[in-house]
Amino acid sequence: MTSEAVVHGVEWTVKELFVYPNEFIYWSIQIVMYPYMTGLVAGAFVLSSLYHVFGQKDLKEIAQFSLVFSLALLPAAGLPLLLHLQQPTRAMEPLLTPHFTSAISAFGIVFTTYGLIVVSEIWFVYRKFFVEQVHELKGKQGFGNILRLNVYRVLTMGAFDISEEALKVDHKAAKILAGIGIPVACFLHGYAGFIFGSVKANALWMSPLMPVIFIMSAVVSGIALCMLTYIVIMEWKAFRQRRKGGTSLAIEIKGAETDIINTATKYLLGFLVAAISLEILDLIFRGYTAMKSWDILRSVMYGKDFINIFVLQYTMGNLVPFALLLLPGRSMKRTVLALLLVLFGVFMMRWNVVIGGQAFSLSFSGYMHYHIPIIPHSLETFKEGLFGALTVIATPFVLFWIINKFVPSLERGEEVGH
Amino acid sequence: MSCSRRDFLKQACGGTLASVLPISAFTFLTNEEARAAVENANVRWAFLVDTNKCVGCGLCVKACKTENEIPYDAPVTRTWVERYVITNDGKAHIDSPMGGRDGFIDNVINGEEIDPEKIDKAFFVPKLCNQCDNPPCVQVCPVGATYQTGDGVVLVDREWCIGCGYCIMACPYGVRFFHPVHRVADKCNFCYHRITKGMNPACVDSCAFDARRIANLRDPDDPVTKIITTERVAVLKDEYGTKPHVFYIGLDENVR
Amino acid sequence: MKWHVLRPLWLAIGLVVVILIARQFMVPDDFGVHGDSFTYNFHRLSNEQEWKDFPVKHLGRENCVECHEEKVAMLNGSPHAPIECENCHGPAVGHPDDVEFLPIDRAREHCLRCHQSLDYPHSARSELPNIRNSTHKRRRECVKCHVPHDPREKPAREKSE
Repeated sequence: MTSEAVVHGVEWTVKELFVYPNEFIYWSIQIVMYPYMTGLVAGAFVLSSLYHVFGQKDLKEIAQFSLVFSLALLPAAGLPLLLHLQQPTRAMEPLLTPHFTSAISAFGIVFTTYGLIVVSEIWFVYRKFFVEQVHELKGKQGFGNILRLNVYRVLTMGAFDISEEALKVDHKAAKILAGIGIPVACFLHGYAGFIFGSVKANALWMSPLMPVIFIMSAVVSGIALCMLTYIVIMEWKAFRQRRKGGTSLAIEIKGAETDIINTATKYLLGFLVAAISLEILDLIFRGYTAMKSWDILRSVMYGKDFINIFVLQYTMGNLVPFALLLLPGRSMKRTVLALLLVLFGVFMMRWNVVIGGQAFSLSFSGYMHYHIPIIPHSLETFKEGLFGALTVIATPFVLFWIINKFVPSLERGEEVGH
Repeated sequence: MSCSRRDFLKQACGGTLASVLPISAFTFLTNEEARAAVENANVRWAFLVDTNKCVGCGLCVKACKTENEIPYDAPVTRTWVERYVITNDGKAHIDSPMGGRDGFIDNVINGEEIDPEKIDKAFFVPKLCNQCDNPPCVQVCPVGATYQTGDGVVLVDREWCIGCGYCIMACPYGVRFFHPVHRVADKCNFCYHRITKGMNPACVDSCAFDARRIANLRDPDDPVTKIITTERVAVLKDEYGTKPHVFYIGLDENVR
Repeated sequence: MKWHVLRPLWLAIGLVVVILIARQFMVPDDFGVHGDSFTYNFHRLSNEQEWKDFPVKHLGRENCVECHEEKVAMLNGSPHAPIECENCHGPAVGHPDDVEFLPIDRAREHCLRCHQSLDYPHSARSELPNIRNSTHKRRRECVKCHVPHDPREKPAREKSE
């Protein structure tokens, strides 16, 4: 690929009326994906912690799964940034020379800390399983078995004591980590909200409410994704089992448990109400105080972005799933639809903040229209286009599939994890 | 008078620690740093734009692009000229085609032909980086790739910038952009390579109408400094608290 | 006390140590706070000199006058005196050693930058002599009839096309 002189943003930005010459939509789809993915990470972890810390027994099985899924989501959350950076080879610099006055510098440290917490918690929860696997695979022939044996050997980190006492300590450590992890997960996403909320130059982003709104909607999306993936996987397993015929297994595959779904739904709705309230509050304040930027903001929000904000995000993404989850006679199918809409709504919230904030010029006298590149014809249009976004979405599922082969998170019963 | 070994060790450690603290308060400067600190204390660069004199020829934009190696045909520029045409219906028609690189040679603004009979006032406003005293772009750089020198100019380290674009989003004036070739953040730096040699920025030299001038605010004999301090001047968007150092004569209330 | 519980902590500390060691190799030695404030002065010091060493392209009239005394004198006495030579001829860097001839921009658009009438009231632009491009000698180069170095003069008859 030749290094042509490419003005970043010129391919997908269309300017209308007066826009400063250097203004383009610099923060495009990958910057929408990044807070979305970190939100899923934070939300998945909080869901898992509701069991480990607050003892929500109903959530035990989904907690297992969401913890491991949270790990699979973490590298996928870093991917949009790598794809966005104009100099991705320098991605380590926020860890080497962090300029702490910048919210983005928190990324390196918070990300690493959070990763260590999740990995450590998984270790404590699964250590007994790793040790048992080592014992089981010892002496077995075959390349696959030897590979698995060595992987599990490494994963035990040499701690082979699985007495009652040792496991009690593991359990306590997991609980402590889950407890510490909640504020860290909140920080991981709160700082993303701070990145936008502290930009005084951007009339839409600048708000002290932004970090809180981001955290609330992050937890919503995390819980929704875990519930959705859990339901899909468990129903698929049950479906496969029924196809094979008969219930000759000792443990009956029942599909997704309704108790779990009910409890998780309660939390989802709580955070959803919080997220919606804050966003409406922000909007009302802006309209009421009518600062210099209000004219152009109003024309963007009630004009060209009306459908994005009020139809797609607030109605389809918030109100409709709210009704679907609260109305009596909730079926699994209805729940799945509601969860999909919630995930869509949270995505639209990120879109409306990131893209919406660049829909108007700093001059307050012009507009910028975002045309996301669909068919990539260069590295730029791939990285910052639809296929780049799809790559980011697909990654956590691929990673989860790999991790799950060594750290099974979907088993029922007491054999795995505690 | 006798003290135990334990007491002696305790006191020795405590004494050492206590003496280290005041010594560490002295930072050790190299010779270069000390010289630079003294030099920088005598200079604070500022700029004066007289919008009454600007005719919109755009030769400043052309000179800036060639002087600072910004690709000529790329729609980004370190400095630009905006045209404001206020018609008698109160509407402000504003444009800056290619930043004013080719001047303004017709009366079509944003696709609309303006009837000269309906024009109340029209003027040109050159803009460039304000080299603010509280630069929000520097505050938000996550890696320390952009910074302010002792003499007030904000620079970007091309070898260290990761290209995240946060500084570009943080600038209220829209002066920053991604350099199309180097793929790092870029912006006007008052032609730092020229002013530190006693020359003028390229845009100042190329302006035939004296609309652009550079000043050293710490030099009381600088004629431009005298204008800034004794005549009525304005700055752009002071509500953001950035303390910009580009001063304008004749700044109209329509200017965005 | 079950010491295995600290193993993840050792892993974390190990990672931090690796990062600190990497920092020694990957971060330039002169990177730090050079100035009063961490907020505004955190950078690699040698970059300041790198920018000071950026090549200068426009050399100014004092440079041109060394060889082009007559042209400059003509310009200095004319209404076009305030216009820099390099505004029309481009940057002089490398001339004449590497660049034998500097370009001469003869296009109409170049002169129209100042001289196209835009009919703006109370504007410095309106005080310049101006023409309407659409009606004034269309498709002829301005320099056919006007001498850039002294617009009061008429061009010599035998000037080549």
